[in-house]
Amino acid sequence: MPPETLLSLRHLSKDFATQRAVVDVSLEVPRGAFFSLLGPSGCGKTTILRMVAGFESPTSGEVWLNGQRIDALPPYQRNVNTVFQSYALFPHLTVQGNIEFGLVYDKGHKKGPKETKNADINRVAEVLKQVRLEAKASRKPSELSGGERQRVALARAIVLQPDVLLLDEPLSALDPQLRKQVRGELRDLQRRVGVTFLFVTHDQEEALSMSDQIAVMNAGALEQVGTPREIYVRPRTRFVADFLGAMNWIGGIGVRPEAVSICSEGRKAVVTGVTYLGSFCHIAMTLDSGEVISAQAPPDSPVQPGQAVCVTWNPEDEVRCLGDEVRLQ
Amino acid sequence: MKRGLAVYAVFAYAFLHVPLLILAIFSFNSSKFAVWESFSFQWYRAVAADANLIESSVNSLIIAIVATAAATIIGTLAAYGLWKKGSAWLSGSLYLSLVTPEIVTGVSLLALFQWIFRFAHLRLGMHTVILAHVGFSLAYVVVVVLARLRSYDRTLEEAALDLGATEFGAFYRVTLPYLAPAIAAAAMLAFTVSIDDYVITSLVAGVDSQTLPMVIYTMARRGVNPALNAVSTLLVFGLGMLILLSERFRKA
Amino acid sequence: MFRRRGPAPVNTKTLRNIFLAPTAILTAITMLAPLAIIVVYSLLTRGAYVGVELPWTIENFTRLWDPVYGIIFLRSFWIAAVATTLCLVLGFPLAMFIARSGPRKNLYLSLVILPFWTSFLIRTYAWMFLLRDTGIINSALQALRIIREPLPLLYNDGAVILGLVYGFLPFMVLPLYATLERLDPSLLEAAADLGARPWDTLVRVTLPLCAPGIRAGAILVFIPCLGTYLTSDLLGGSKTVLIGNLVQNQFTASRDWPFGAALSLALMAIAIGLLFAVRNRGEGLL
Repeated sequence: MPPETLLSLRHLSKDFATQRAVVDVSLEVPRGAFFSLLGPSGCGKTTILRMVAGFESPTSGEVWLNGQRIDALPPYQRNVNTVFQSYALFPHLTVQGNIEFGLVYDKGHKKGPKETKNADINRVAEVLKQVRLEAKASRKPSELSGGERQRVALARAIVLQPDVLLLDEPLSALDPQLRKQVRGELRDLQRRVGVTFLFVTHDQEEALSMSDQIAVMNAGALEQVGTPREIYVRPRTRFVADFLGAMNWIGGIGVRPEAVSICSEGRKAVVTGVTYLGSFCHIAMTLDSGEVISAQAPPDSPVQPGQAVCVTWNPEDEVRCLGDEVRLQ
Repeated sequence: MKRGLAVYAVFAYAFLHVPLLILAIFSFNSSKFAVWESFSFQWYRAVAADANLIESSVNSLIIAIVATAAATIIGTLAAYGLWKKGSAWLSGSLYLSLVTPEIVTGVSLLALFQWIFRFAHLRLGMHTVILAHVGFSLAYVVVVVLARLRSYDRTLEEAALDLGATEFGAFYRVTLPYLAPAIAAAAMLAFTVSIDDYVITSLVAGVDSQTLPMVIYTMARRGVNPALNAVSTLLVFGLGMLILLSERFRKA
Repeated sequence: MFRRRGPAPVNTKTLRNIFLAPTAILTAITMLAPLAIIVVYSLLTRGAYVGVELPWTIENFTRLWDPVYGIIFLRSFWIAAVATTLCLVLGFPLAMFIARSGPRKNLYLSLVILPFWTSFLIRTYAWMFLLRDTGIINSALQALRIIREPLPLLYNDGAVILGLVYGFLPFMVLPLYATLERLDPSLLEAAADLGARPWDTLVRVTLPLCAPGIRAGAILVFIPCLGTYLTSDLLGGSKTVLIGNLVQNQFTASRDWPFGAALSLALMAIAIGLLFAVRNRGEGLL
C-alpha cells in the first residue's frame, strides 16, 4: 500500500437478504484528502461507510487502514469515527459530556483516571473553540439548533483524532441556506485539522464544491473516481455524465448546456421554452434532427419560444462515453 | 451480547411458563402426590362432579359477563367524554382506583355496604360483587380506550359534523368504529380481571354467592388437593383460549 | 338521531356530560364514598360487637407507631423492595432481548403477557404446588437422593418474594420494553463508534436513557407488592404477616374496623406519596 494511501477498500462487497448493496468496490483514499462518495439513494455509499466504521461486515473483500486490516475489528477498536446523519447526540449528556464521551477509551480499553484528565480537558476546550460552541458547553442537545447539533457531532468525533472521519450526509438535515454556509466551514475545518474525510452525499453540488476527490457510485458499483473537474468535464460513463449537472445527448455525443451557445450559424433548432432563473435563462430547444436539448443564455436574452435559432459548441467540450457497461478498473 | 441475551431469555421464559406446565401435567397424574404414577382423568371427573365448583364457576361467569358489559360500555363513554374535555377530579379518581391496593378497595367497599345495609334491608350477594367489579374495572377500560383516542384525528369528527351529522351521530358512526379494537381489548381486560379477582370479591360476596376464585382459595388453603390442579389447568387453558381467540377476532 | 335537523338537539357539552355521568356516579359510589367512610371510621372507636361507635379518637393513628406494627410495615417494605429489584434485574435483560429480536418481537412479547392474563390466584397456587413439602421440587430432590428430608421451601419470606416476582414480572417487562423499543439505535452505534464496548454502552447510554421506563416499572410493581394480600397469605403462612394481611385481619377476625381503616389510609398514603415522588413532570395522569 503506497504511503500516501490512508484507507484502502479492496474488492468490497455486501449482500443483504433482498439485494446486493455493494458490488466489488475498490478505492484508495489518500491521506489528508476530502474524499466524497457520491450517488443516488440506494447506491451503496452509506453501506460502504458503515463497513469502514464497523457496523456492517463485508460479505467479501477487505478494509485496510494505515497498513493494517480492520474489517474484522469491532467499531470500538477502529481508529475511525462517524458523524451520523441524525447526529446521534446522547440526549442525557450535555455538549461537554457528549464530546468527552469517547476520551476515556484508548483503542478499546478504558483509560485510567490519571491518564485522562489534563490532556483531555485541553483537547475538549480546543475543539469547542474550533466549532465555536464554547458558550454552549453545558447545554443539552435538545436546547440546540440543527446547525449547532451538527457541530457537536463533528466535535465529538474530531476530538478523538481519528485516522479517518466518516460523514454520513451530515448536511441533509439542515435548511438550504445553512447548508451553503456550513459547506465552506466544513471544508475549512478539514483543511485546518488535516484529518482525512470520507464524505457521503447524494448532492452533486456539495460533492463538487468540497471534495479533493469524488467516487461516483450507482447500484452498488463504482462508476468513476477522480477530481471534481475530471468527473464533470470528462465523465467516463453516461450515468456520471447525467448525474453531475445536466447533459445534452446529440447523436452519441454529449455537450453540457453551458457549452452550447446560440448564434448566427450552426445546427438549426426551434426554441420550445424560455425559463428565467435570475442569473441566467434556461433555453429549451428541439434540434432539426429531433433531439431535445437545453442551453444557457444571459438573463436579458431576447430569445422567445417558437423562435428558430442556430446553436453551436466547441468540439473540445464534447464528451464521448464508452457506453453504459464501462466500469472503472 | 445477543447470544447471551438469547440464552437468558430461554431461562426467563422457562421460569414464566414451566410452573403452569407442571400444574397441567400433574393434573393428569393418577396419584395424589408429586410423583408421576400414571395418566388419568380422575381429577377432571372429580371436578365435573363437584357441585360447589360448578356453581361457583357459573357465578363467576355471570358476574364477569355482567360486570364486563357494564364497565365496557360505561367506561368507553367516559373515555370519550374525557377525551373531549378532561375532568381533573374524574381522571384523578379513576387513577386513584388504579393505584389503590386491592385490599384497601375491598375493605372500603365492605365498609360502604355495611353502612348502607343499616338503612336498606339488603345483604351481601351477587349484586354487591357485580357493583364492586364494575367499580374497579372502569379505570382499566378508560385507560385502554383513552390510549387509543390519543392517536385519533379530531378532524374526522369535524368532517362528519360538516357533512350533516349530529354530535352523537359523529361519535356513533365515525369514532366508535375506530375505537372497536380498543373496546374489545378493554372488554377482554375487564373480563379476565373480574374472573380472577379474589381479594375484593371475598370481602363483599355473601355466604351464598361463592365465586370460583373463592373456592380455589379455600382448596389451596386446605392443602394437597389434586383436583385443584385440574381446575387450574382448565381455568388457565380456558382463559388462554379466550385471549387467543379474541386476538384472532381483532385482527380479522 | 344521527342527522342534523335545524339547531343542534344535543350539543357537545351536554353529550359529554351525559357520557361522563354514569362513570361519575359509579366512581362516587365505589371509590369516593367508600374512601370517605374509611376516613370517618378511622377516627371512631371499635364497636362492642360489630362495626364502629363514638367517641371520635385519633388513637387508631397513634397506634400505628407501635413497634409491633412498625416491624410489619418495615417487613412489607423490605419484601416489596426485594421483589421489585428482582423484577428489575430479571426483567431488564428479557425486555432487551424482546426489543432486539427483530421481526418476532410481538411473539416474544405475547409469550410474556399470556401467562399474566390468566389467573393470578392460580399462578400463586402453582408455587404452592412446587414448593410444598410434598411438592415436586422436594419430591424430585428426594428421589435423586440429594436430600432425605423435605426442605421447608414454603411458608417463608423467600416464598412470598418468589411468588411476587413471578406474578409481577410482566408488569416490569412491559414498560421496560416500551422504553427500549423507542431507543434510537444510532445512539448505540455512536457509542461503539466512540470506543465504548457493549457493556460500557449499556451502562453509559442505554440505562440512563431507560430511566423513565425503569421508574414506571418499579412503581407498577412496588405498590401492589407493598399491599399484597394473596401472595403472603398463600405462600407466607402464618409467619409472614404483611400490611395487606393485617388490614384484612382487622375487618374479619379481629373486628377492629377503625384500626383497619387507619391502616388502610396509611397504606394509601405511602402509595400516593411514592407516586408523587417519582412522577414524570409533564406526563398526564389519565
